Amino acid sequence: MTQASVASRNNQRLIGPAALLPVGLLAGVAILVLGLAVSITLGAAEIEVSTVFASIFQYDDTLFDHLIIRTVRLPRIIAGVIIGAALAVAGAIMQGLTANPLASPGILGINAGAAFAVVLGVFFLGSPPLLTYAFLAISGAGAAAVIVYTLGSVGRGGTTPVKLTLAGVIFSAFTAAFTTAILVLDRQTFDQIRFWTVGSIAGRDWELIAWMSPFIAIGTIGAMLMSRQITTISLGQDIAQGLGQNTTRVRAISAIMVILLAGASVGIAGPVGFVGLVIPHVVRAICGVDYRWIIPYSAVAGGILIVLADSIGRIILRPQEVPIGVMLAFVGAPFFIYLARWKVR
Amino acid sequence: MAENQPFPRPNWITIRPRLLPISWRLDRRTPAILGVLFIALAISLVMSVSYGEYNIAPLDVVRAVFGVETNDPNHILVVRSFRLPRILLSLLIGASLGASGAIMQGITRNDLADPGILGINTGAGVVVVAYVTFAAFPVNSLIPWLAFAGALATSALIYGLSWKAGSSTLRLILIGVGVASLGGAAISFLITRMQIDRAQQAYVWLTGSVYGSTWEEVQLMLTWLVVLLPITFLSARQLNTMGLGDELTIGLGLRLEVQRFVLIALSSALAAITVTVAGTIGFIGFVAPHIARRLVGPSHEGLLITTTVVGGLLMVISDLLARWVIAPSELPIGVTTAIIGAPYFAYLLYQRGR
Repeated sequence: MTQASVASRNNQRLIGPAALLPVGLLAGVAILVLGLAVSITLGAAEIEVSTVFASIFQYDDTLFDHLIIRTVRLPRIIAGVIIGAALAVAGAIMQGLTANPLASPGILGINAGAAFAVVLGVFFLGSPPLLTYAFLAISGAGAAAVIVYTLGSVGRGGTTPVKLTLAGVIFSAFTAAFTTAILVLDRQTFDQIRFWTVGSIAGRDWELIAWMSPFIAIGTIGAMLMSRQITTISLGQDIAQGLGQNTTRVRAISAIMVILLAGASVGIAGPVGFVGLVIPHVVRAICGVDYRWIIPYSAVAGGILIVLADSIGRIILRPQEVPIGVMLAFVGAPFFIYLARWKVR
Repeated sequence: MAENQPFPRPNWITIRPRLLPISWRLDRRTPAILGVLFIALAISLVMSVSYGEYNIAPLDVVRAVFGVETNDPNHILVVRSFRLPRILLSLLIGASLGASGAIMQGITRNDLADPGILGINTGAGVVVVAYVTFAAFPVNSLIPWLAFAGALATSALIYGLSWKAGSSTLRLILIGVGVASLGGAAISFLITRMQIDRAQQAYVWLTGSVYGSTWEEVQLMLTWLVVLLPITFLSARQLNTMGLGDELTIGLGLRLEVQRFVLIALSSALAAITVTVAGTIGFIGFVAPHIARRLVGPSHEGLLITTTVVGGLLMVISDLLARWVIAPSELPIGVTTAIIGAPYFAYLLYQRGR
C-alpha cells in the first residue's frame, strides 16, 4: 500500500528509473569535488588548479601557495562542505518528521539556541576547550528543539506547521536579543565571537573541524540508518503506526540526530541559515520521496550549495567578501516566502 | 477573535461636537484609564530623568525641566541637554510605534501584526542604508521621506504577497518574517560596501538605539507626529468598520481599497519616522495595542489614543531598563523591547491555538 503511493509520487521526480539514482548521486559528488577544486583557486592570490592538487598530494611547506591552501583555503572550504551537508540532512529529517515544508534548523530556532549556548559559555568560561564548545552547542540545540516544539504544540489545535514556524522565529528573536545583550555587556566575548555569531566559515582551523566532525558523522550515519523509518513517518503518522512502527521512538532518535547535526555545525560556523530549508525541497524534486536517497543526496547538495555561495561571495565584490550567511539569505529568503505563500496548507 | 468585535460593550461616552464633523464613541472606562496612564507616564518620565550616572532628586528634575535653579548648577545642563531629549524621543517613538501597530493590527484583523515583526522597519532601513551608502553627500532632511518610501513599498509587498492567500493571519506574519530576513541580508550586504566610518554608524543605528539623541531629532519626530497622530485618531471609525470583514465594509459603503491604502500609508509613515531617528525597534507596536485593548476594549476610538500613550510609557520604561540593567554601560533599546515582547508573542501564540 505504501509501495503504491511511493511509486506514484516517484513518477514526479526528475530522475525516473530507480537504477539511475546511484548514478545521480555519483554525479553530485563529482560536481562537489570539481566545485571544491575551483573554489580553492579563487581568492586574493590566484592559484592554479594543478597547484591545488599538488599541495594536497605532494605537500611542500616551503611553497607559499601550498601554505595558503593548506592553512587558509582548505580548512575553510572543508568546513563549508561539512556544515552544508549536516544542515541539509538535519533539514531533510525535520521536514520529513513534522510534515512541515518550512522546517529547518535555522527557521525553527535550533541554530539560534545552539549559538546562544555558545555565547553564554564563552561569557562565563572565557575560552573553553573545544570539546566543551561542542557540548555547549549541542546541548543548546537540544534545549532549543524542546522549547520550540513545546511552544509550537501546546494550546488549541496541536502542532501546525505555521505555529511551529512562528514559535521558532520568536525563539530566535528572543535568544538573539540576549546574545546582543551579552555582546554589549562583555567586550571580550564580543571580540572573540563577533564574526562567528553572524555565521561564517572564514578562518576556521583544522582543530575545530576535527572536534566537531565526529558528531556530524554520527548524526549522518544515524540518519541513514533511520532513513527507512523516516520515509514511513513522512507518509503520515497513521500509516506509520498502522505498519506497526513505534513512531515515538523513531521521532526521538531522529530528533537526537538533528540536534547533533545542527549543534555541531553551529559549533563550526555559527548560525548559518536556509541551507536546511532549501536543499531538501530541491532534492525531493530530483530523487523522490524515499529518505534512503533523500539523505545522501541532501548531504551532497548541501555541500555544493555552500561551496557555490562561498565562491560567489568571494568573487562578486573583490577584494571585499560577502559573508556566506548573507549570500544564503538572498537565495533562501525568497524561497521561504514562496513556500509560506504557496506551499503551506 | 471575538475580542476584536467592536460593538458588544454597553457603556459609552459619545463625543459629537457641533463644529467638527467627527463622532466618537468611547468606552466609559477610557477617561479614567487615560488619566491613570498619564500619571504613570509622568512618574516614569521623572524617574527616568532622575536616574543616570549621578542621580538627581525627582523634585530637582521637575525644577530643572522648568528652568528653575536648583542647588547644583549642573542640573539644568544635564537634564535639559543630555537626558531630556533622549527620554522624550523614546516617548515619541513608543507613541508612534504603538499607533502604527494598532493600525496594522486593525487593517489585517491580526493581533500579531507589528511593524518590526512584519519587516516594515527593516524595509525602511534598507532604503536609508542604500542611500547613505551610494549617495556622495547624503542629505539628512531627505532620509525620513526615503524611510517612508521604503516602509510603504515593504507594506505593499507583504500585503500583495499575502492577499491572495485568503484570510490566514498567521501566514501574513510568516511572509513578513521572510521579507524581514531578506531585508536584513540586503542591509548586511550594503554595509560591506560602505566606507568604514559610515558602516560603524550604520551598525549602531540598526540595533535600535536612542543613545546620543538630540533636540533636532525630537523636533523631527514631533513635527511628523503632529500631522500623523490626529489623522490616526480620526480614522478610528474606518478601522472599526474594517474589523467587521471586507464584504461588510464594502456593504456599509466604505471605499475599502482606498481606505486600506491610506491606512497602510499612515501606519508605514509612523513606523518609518521611528526608523529614521532610532533604527529598527521591534515588538512595541505589537505589545502596546494588546495592553490597550485589555484596558479600554477593542473599539478603535479609545484604543488608538490609549495605545499611543501605552506605547510611549513602554518605551520610557524600556529605555530606563536598558540603562539600568547593566549600568554603567547600556543595552541597545531594541534588546530590551525584544526581551519583553518575544515572550508575550509566544504566550499569545500559545493562547490562540490555530
